[in-house]
Amino acid sequence: MLKLDNVHKIFHPGGVNEKVALRGVTLHVRPGDVVTIIGSNGAGKSTLLNVVAGVYEVDTGKVILDNQDITRWPEHIRAAHIGRVFQDPLRGTAASMTIEENLALALRRGRPRRLRRGITQAERQLFKERLALLGLGLEDRLTTRVGLLSGGQRQALTVLMATIATPKILLLDEHTAALDPRTAATVLELTERIIARHRLTTLMVTHNLAQALHTGNRTVMMHEGRIILDLYGPEREKTTVADLLKMFEQASGNAFTYDRVLLSGS
Amino acid sequence: MSLSIWLGSLEQGLLWGAMVLGVYMTFRVLDYPDLTVDGAFTLGAAVTAQYILLGNNPWQAVLGAMICGALAGLITGLLHTGLRVAPLLSGILTMIALYSINLRIMGQANLSLLREQTIFTQVRDITLLGPWGPVLLGLMVVIVVVGLLYFFLQTELGMSVRATGDNEQMIRSLGVNTSTMKLVGLAIGNALVALSGSLVAQYQGFADIGMGIGMIIAGLASVIIGEALVGNHTLFRALLAVIVGSIVYRTVISLVLQLGMPATDLKLLTSLIVVVALAFPLVRQRLGFRSLRLRGEQVAETGQCAQDLSSRRG
Ligand SMILES: Nc1ncnc2c1ncn2[C@@H]1O[C@H](COP(=O)(O)OP(=O)(O)O)[C@@H](O)[C@H]1O
Ligand SMILES: [Mg+2]
Repeated sequence: MLKLDNVHKIFHPGGVNEKVALRGVTLHVRPGDVVTIIGSNGAGKSTLLNVVAGVYEVDTGKVILDNQDITRWPEHIRAAHIGRVFQDPLRGTAASMTIEENLALALRRGRPRRLRRGITQAERQLFKERLALLGLGLEDRLTTRVGLLSGGQRQALTVLMATIATPKILLLDEHTAALDPRTAATVLELTERIIARHRLTTLMVTHNLAQALHTGNRTVMMHEGRIILDLYGPEREKTTVADLLKMFEQASGNAFTYDRVLLSGS
Repeated sequence: MSLSIWLGSLEQGLLWGAMVLGVYMTFRVLDYPDLTVDGAFTLGAAVTAQYILLGNNPWQAVLGAMICGALAGLITGLLHTGLRVAPLLSGILTMIALYSINLRIMGQANLSLLREQTIFTQVRDITLLGPWGPVLLGLMVVIVVVGLLYFFLQTELGMSVRATGDNEQMIRSLGVNTSTMKLVGLAIGNALVALSGSLVAQYQGFADIGMGIGMIIAGLASVIIGEALVGNHTLFRALLAVIVGSIVYRTVISLVLQLGMPATDLKLLTSLIVVVALAFPLVRQRLGFRSLRLRGEQVAETGQCAQDLSSRRG
């Protein structure tokens, strides 16, 4: 489904602020894979998602989605196939527009925007049904401005928006990290439900190691722009949070253990 | 105040209202601090005056003015989206260039339409309407324009333009080319401004090279007044607020002139209205002019923007 082939991304190359964010990332994601991505701050997790979404162009390497080389596609063209949810609930919705307007914009993801009516009656019905599945009572508030919703409600809406036009791949970047624990649990639960319902291939960045092992079928650990661990199947089932922590420490320790983890991991 | 002064304020409020709608479109809907406005207003007047003097139909002149205004907006937009010129500077560049272009169109600093057929001479000749002709004509134009804008902003395209002004990153991640949306918004905004310039030139009976100076601030003052009085909870209210704001603003101007304030001080007064309004954080927040935030807030944002850009290219 998604293939990243030896991807490098350097910010401000040659300048004093030069920052290598991705140094040779290779990742093959199979259809239906739900991959959780963990790693310390600055490991390159967000950059990885941004490279998939086309926010940043890669310096070298390839991005292949569904057998199409999309490496040079601009963000708004790739968007036809990609659903995204960011950490900050404010980033995924237009605050001054209503719930139904936001959903209508999302429903047309990747389609040309014409001089046609922005929301049809049939779509309103669809929105009501989908909103009802969230269980937040938003189905009765179609014409409420999104700016009036709570962070959790906005994030739940963003998840719905990212998936209402079924994407080939769903990118979640710590999308529950800014919410209080209870709301975070609700949003994660409904995210999993939506993923299962549409069998969405997903990349989910999380800082919560338990969540990383619990959600999805595969876990990838990043460190300093590299993938240093790729767990799936029985090996992943056996792994505990304590194991992950140990690997985490080893990785951020000296270079020798770092290499060992790299080898044993992949 | 006599009836004729009230009537005059109402007429002016409606005719300049198209300009305020244009400012609303760029500053408010698109969140783009577009300074093209001053030049586009005069452009509309210049094109109209010259076209009418060449013996053409005044309504055709209105249309021609709008097309020219849209082109001016497009140029500003292309400077920004194509050459990555900062929004403020892109508008200033076009505005300054338009000064020369407007002079070329007019051939002189002032063109009189006194003996020409304009859309207003036509309605003034209808005796049945008495002194109400110009107001009704202005009202008609404003209703048509507000109506069209109201429907446009609820189309797929219009909603994408609004979303571009609200949350550019989000709408880009939904597959919209935000550069195109900015071009569309700037073209429409400046077409409306030029429409207003065209109407005002015909109403006053002349076009003048300096008639656009300070239009942006007058437009902002009107939007601020309107939103304070009418609110902006729905799209319809927001558009209504623009027109009400324009009428109230022109009435205030007439009043202070009546009270003996020299006309030359008007621009000072207008600037002060906007400064005072923006001095209230609550007002600033409520009105949500993100492009007019305090300098510190702006710098932080442009810094972030520059970073994004350089990393994209990086
Ligand atoms: N737009 C950017 N400009 C410059 N450096 C960046 C940018 N985005 C990320 N970086 C740098 O790249 C590295 C990886 O960042 P990121 O992918 O955000 O890490 P993570 O999401 O894993 O915490 C960090 O060192 C960060 O400072
Ligand atoms: Mg991150």
